[in-house]
Amino acid sequence: MPRLNNCKDLESLKERLQARRKKIKTTLTTCAGTGCQASRSWAVIELLKKELAKKGLEKTVNLRTTGCNGFCEQGPIMVLDPDNLFYCHIRPEDVPEIVSETLMKGKVINRLLYTDPVSGKKITTEAEIPFYRAQDRQILAMNRKVDPCSIEDYIAAGGYTALAKTIGVTNPETVIGAIKASGLRGRGGGGFPTGRKWAECHEAPGDEKYVICNADEGDPGAYMDRCVLEGNPHLVLEGMMIGAWAVGAGKGYIYVRNEYPLAVKHSRIAVEQARKMGLLGENILGTDFSFDVEISRGGGAFVCGESTALMASLEGKVGEPRAKDVHTVVDGLWHMPTTLNNVETWANVPMIIQNGAAWFSAKGTGGSKGTKILALTGHVKNTGLVEVAMGTPISKIVNDIGGGGANGKAIKAVQTGGPSGGCLPAEKFDLPVDFDALYEAGSMIGSGGMVVMDERTCMVDVAKYFLTFLQDESCGKCLPCRLGIDRMLEIVTDITEGRGKREQIPLLEELAQTVQETSLCGLGKTAPNPVLSTLRYFLPEYERHIDQKCCPAGVCQALITYQVFGEKCNGCGVCLRNCPNKAIQGRKKEPHWIDSKLCTRCGICASECKFDAISVS
Amino acid sequence: MHIRSIESLLKEKKSQPHQLIEVLQDVQETYGYISEEAMTTVSQKLGVPLIDVYRVASFYKAFSLKPRGKNLLTLCQGTACHVRLSKLLLNQALTQLKVSPGEISEDGLFTIEQVNCLGACALGPVVLQNGTYHHHMNPGKLRKLIISIRKAEKEETAHAQTQ
Repeated sequence: MPRLNNCKDLESLKERLQARRKKIKTTLTTCAGTGCQASRSWAVIELLKKELAKKGLEKTVNLRTTGCNGFCEQGPIMVLDPDNLFYCHIRPEDVPEIVSETLMKGKVINRLLYTDPVSGKKITTEAEIPFYRAQDRQILAMNRKVDPCSIEDYIAAGGYTALAKTIGVTNPETVIGAIKASGLRGRGGGGFPTGRKWAECHEAPGDEKYVICNADEGDPGAYMDRCVLEGNPHLVLEGMMIGAWAVGAGKGYIYVRNEYPLAVKHSRIAVEQARKMGLLGENILGTDFSFDVEISRGGGAFVCGESTALMASLEGKVGEPRAKDVHTVVDGLWHMPTTLNNVETWANVPMIIQNGAAWFSAKGTGGSKGTKILALTGHVKNTGLVEVAMGTPISKIVNDIGGGGANGKAIKAVQTGGPSGGCLPAEKFDLPVDFDALYEAGSMIGSGGMVVMDERTCMVDVAKYFLTFLQDESCGKCLPCRLGIDRMLEIVTDITEGRGKREQIPLLEELAQTVQETSLCGLGKTAPNPVLSTLRYFLPEYERHIDQKCCPAGVCQALITYQVFGEKCNGCGVCLRNCPNKAIQGRKKEPHWIDSKLCTRCGICASECKFDAISVS
Repeated sequence: MHIRSIESLLKEKKSQPHQLIEVLQDVQETYGYISEEAMTTVSQKLGVPLIDVYRVASFYKAFSLKPRGKNLLTLCQGTACHVRLSKLLLNQALTQLKVSPGEISEDGLFTIEQVNCLGACALGPVVLQNGTYHHHMNPGKLRKLIISIRKAEKEETAHAQTQ
């Protein structure tokens, strides 16, 4: 790995790497992100290497292993360029045929093509797949071009060019001005204007300053940052370097949550490679800018996604936030001026510097510029990571990209913004992905989680789910959050278990407002959002739970019973054998029945039945 | 457990209190839990009061203060898994193993834990078994997974005894 002593060295290396890559016409890109690894993509990749060597193709076919490309449900995925041929659900036993038929003879293997769940048709190329076509992939597109463990791939793709344009060439005020003009706002949930944050840190007194990358992506249902950090850690590093130079920081930290071991591994490799090339350390690219980065692992605490709690954790303490009457850009890590930004925020910076602020601000709405990566999951046909221009209506994301409801069920709501966000009903799907519009509707973009819920989801149960999560994650420091969430959860639990009373609804609202106004940090302040948004849009569901002791979605265990439909039951006995409470009776080959006195509504029988003969009433 | 082994984990981190969480991470990974003995050594070597080591070890979910079973089954309870009925997996695991979350099953083979999100949301419900991801799980698949692990452990024990 050559040491780069100046910008010319970087440029020459880029040219050499690009020339080398141009000579190989065929590239086979396979995904080894966490999602595809769960589908055993490494077994496919190892076999591919062996098969290519066996056929003498290892010098003429470039096998590139990338990080997550976001379409995890289709994994393991492979794209063959220059034809952009897209194969999915690949098993190891498919590999010899892929090499002999597709690579060597140019034949397409039909069964490995993607089937559009809406039209039922097979699609040959990645570009034609509606899931991808309807997106505006800027950051995610780069994941396809690089092996995350190869700094050479990143440089060949133009990486570190933005850094070279910045340090020693221009001045911090110009760079900060560009970020301000772009309109970039924090992508972790707060939506704070990034340029303003950098300016305040730049102006803060002190010689020792820090930058931090918040990769503590704790919102359940969100994995955008995992994908970016796993798949393109150098993009995040380059953003941090530019930011560090602009604010005057000499040290940076990437704080990665404990549950992302691959992101930790790839970040460490990236830092080591950057150090070896002289892109981290003393006198970067021959300038007087010195900067280094340390990777730090989280301890599994959602509250450490909050900036002051994260900094406490970096200092080796429990993750308790503090009041932010003095901002962390002035008094942050070890009481020094600190710029903390989210993974996706940092990842946007090199492209803004490279392409210009106007390029970025041309996309989006008046108050929300650029693109946003969302995690589209739940009851929708196509799930995965989606990058769209700000301002894109939710309906386009759910229908055009997501393909609409799964299993023929009607979509009821989307939950956005994680535990700090809210639930929006289907009637509100014309709302755009926009910081201010979603906030006014009672939700938020948050970090980007978008969970689609259909008629099988109970919205009261959703409120209970988030309150349970937040009760568990509350650090306990301030009373409103610590006790307020407890009390709200008690009320919602009463409602889901048939003990609810009408007078509890106004009490719930009053509690929610108190917790919102008086909690110390963002966790507590936004904890009431799931409750408030479900009360706002789904009050009839609460009322049915209270008045009729009924859960229309068939979820709340205390309010449902399971029953066997005699016409569909063939007496196979699978449910009887798997019932942990011996609540099912019946003879072989005769319809079975459930004793509701013994049944605990655990749901195991319904999930085991292959004949759809057990359902909830 | 040898104090020397924990000392080797401390390496260049001695007398650096801010490295407490990183050190505890290494102890957790190496031994599967953080014992009182480990906390005492870490306290001495890093220069952090023992009560603060305990405070941090008991605050963060990554740390277990009790030993765990040989197979750690981590059930994802993230939102995307929740709407795909991940709680049925919890019901299945706890009734099949007759154990509470965090405890070791009687045969010493399993501990069930819950995590709020593994970040594999498109593949939910997800179960992590000692670092291996199992996706699109349902109670039936989980039941079969537990049975197959038990069978493999039994075969391994029988094989070891014949050696």
